[in-house]
Amino acid sequence: MIDIKSETQGYVAHGVSACAGCGMELIIRNILDVLGDDTTVVIPPGCSALFCGFGKETALKIPAFQGNLENSAAYATGIRAGYRAQGNNHTTVLVYAGDGGTLDIGLQSLSGMMERGEDVLYVCYDNEAYMNTGIQGSSATPFHAWSTTTPAGKNVMKKDLLSIAIAHRVPYCASCSMGNIPDLRHKFEKAKSIQGPRVIHVFSPCPTGWGIKPAKSVEVSRMAIQTGMWILYEYEYGKLKVNIKPKSLEPICTYLKMQKRFKQVTDEQMEELQQLVTANYNKMLKMEKI
Amino acid sequence: MSVYKMLDGNAAAVEAIKMAKVKVVSAYPITPQTTIAEKLSEICANGELNAEYIRVESEHSAMSCVIGAQLTGVRAATASASVGIALMHEVLNVASGCRVPIVMPVVNRSLASPWSLWCDHQDTMAERDSGWIQMYCENVQDVFDTMIMAYRIAESPRVLTPVMVCLDGFFLSHSMQKILVPEQGEIDKFIGEYKPQNLVLDPTDPVIIDDLTGSNENTEMMYQQAVGFKNAIPEMEKVFSEFENEFGRKKSLIEGYNTNDADAVIVCLGSMSGTAKYVSDLMREQGIKVGVIKVVAFRPFPYKALREVIGNITKVAVLDRTAGLGGEGTPLWIEIKAALTDKNLLIKNYIAGLAGRDINIETIKSVYTDILAGQSSDSPVWIDCDVEHAGLIREVSINDRH
Repeated sequence: MIDIKSETQGYVAHGVSACAGCGMELIIRNILDVLGDDTTVVIPPGCSALFCGFGKETALKIPAFQGNLENSAAYATGIRAGYRAQGNNHTTVLVYAGDGGTLDIGLQSLSGMMERGEDVLYVCYDNEAYMNTGIQGSSATPFHAWSTTTPAGKNVMKKDLLSIAIAHRVPYCASCSMGNIPDLRHKFEKAKSIQGPRVIHVFSPCPTGWGIKPAKSVEVSRMAIQTGMWILYEYEYGKLKVNIKPKSLEPICTYLKMQKRFKQVTDEQMEELQQLVTANYNKMLKMEKI
Repeated sequence: MSVYKMLDGNAAAVEAIKMAKVKVVSAYPITPQTTIAEKLSEICANGELNAEYIRVESEHSAMSCVIGAQLTGVRAATASASVGIALMHEVLNVASGCRVPIVMPVVNRSLASPWSLWCDHQDTMAERDSGWIQMYCENVQDVFDTMIMAYRIAESPRVLTPVMVCLDGFFLSHSMQKILVPEQGEIDKFIGEYKPQNLVLDPTDPVIIDDLTGSNENTEMMYQQAVGFKNAIPEMEKVFSEFENEFGRKKSLIEGYNTNDADAVIVCLGSMSGTAKYVSDLMREQGIKVGVIKVVAFRPFPYKALREVIGNITKVAVLDRTAGLGGEGTPLWIEIKAALTDKNLLIKNYIAGLAGRDINIETIKSVYTDILAGQSSDSPVWIDCDVEHAGLIREVSINDRH
């Protein structure tokens, strides 16, 4: 048995299995704090599944179902329908999946869920690779990042989850970050009050996989925002808004140099990536005006 | 009071799902199941069935939706066939492992490859270890009756195991037959309202379902499933007998037909057992004493019932609608052989009816003739197979390559 020194607050227990400095843990604590106990969560295999419990010891104080890797959105759809059939329209049905379970193997069922307009809050905590199995590349792994299956650095860009969600005309989607918890909490307050498919994409550092010190994950998250590598924005009923606009963007090398996964990036690659990041940031500012 | 209706097998399955008053339906169309998905969606839309129809993007999601819904404490339904069942494979095991008592009609169709739209039992045989009860139907009445009884069996607290009700694609799914359908009140009385007997996802009483489980618990949980299967045999017998009392139609785990003094029997599953019964009558008119053993429950496999029906019969032809590739025999033959291992019988394996190839009167006659001749064979007999033209691999010399 664990010797508990202090009782945890909220809906996530003490003594969880997440690594030190894990973004996913801080994020779920805040999400559940905002959503409250009238929430049921579907969690696919991955870091969050191991985190939520093992055998008789579980870490969440809300109902949870550990699904399969590719069908969280479908399980959530069924749970929502089952609740509705019993007159329960109030419980928030939440999915808490990683980038692999969302953008790779889970994209089909997520697409179905969004297209049908299911009343489900879908969260992707994005640590930019398959971290639970030991740092294999995903479609969310960034350009030039090292992983065990992209040993020379990934040669293509990261898949854009929120553009996919917007293409499905969801009522609400947003990006959040471990580096800005007030913004995250505000967005979950909003998402909770909206009906229909909501997709929230959360930047979630993995110290082990990214090659950073556990104490640095918040700092790295903030630098991602400062450099435009991660843009905090939301899309609400057809209107896009960039929530955080740095006065001027820091050069991306500041962000890349904090992490071992980018250490093989050449000056030319850095320059190319800088142009892409700047162009993307400017595109977002333009889209805000549409 | 029951009334007569003209229904095909798919419509009979839908009728049973409707009368079971499921609350959530999720299905993905696939030939020859499609009319089940269409009809279910229609009755959800017109209010004939007070349920929500979820139009999913795959069979994998259909089964996932149904598991999710039923985990909240309502009865939910889906149906599939062939590669659709194969796509569900991963989640079939979740349903059985989480003890979610779903009842699912499976319209039997061959698996790819080669691509085929037509009936055989490869799809459900590939799922025989998925932890689902499997029952095979002979005719359309059987489809309706088995579906109704399946709810009772699956949901019994001592069973809590999902059930596949297997009906032959086209031969049953698309064949119109006159069947008796009881009144809604009688079905309500027979099935009862759904009361979840296991964990549910309830925000007022939170639990985590299906988290990672260590080797300390896994064996015991699997054993509990095995106990569920063991209990399913007496539970089925009880439900069959109640069903007969209520509706007058006799059901059994293993049905013997013309078996009492038979010199030989054909053991088979599904719609071909009707043809086999007809042929055994014809042959008896000519003084040839042959019978049929129809296996209704394939999972759990009713060994005891089989041994009782076999009695003193010495020649057993096992006719399977699946190839059982790489095995000593086909799946049904393996079960029969194991059940009768201590008896010195001729148990011969025949393969026929793959991908909808007709099992007609002549096919059945040829099996009876062959088994009565008493010759054993060390591998399955492929009936009507043009072995000569089956494309045996040509020997290629190195010079033939280009």
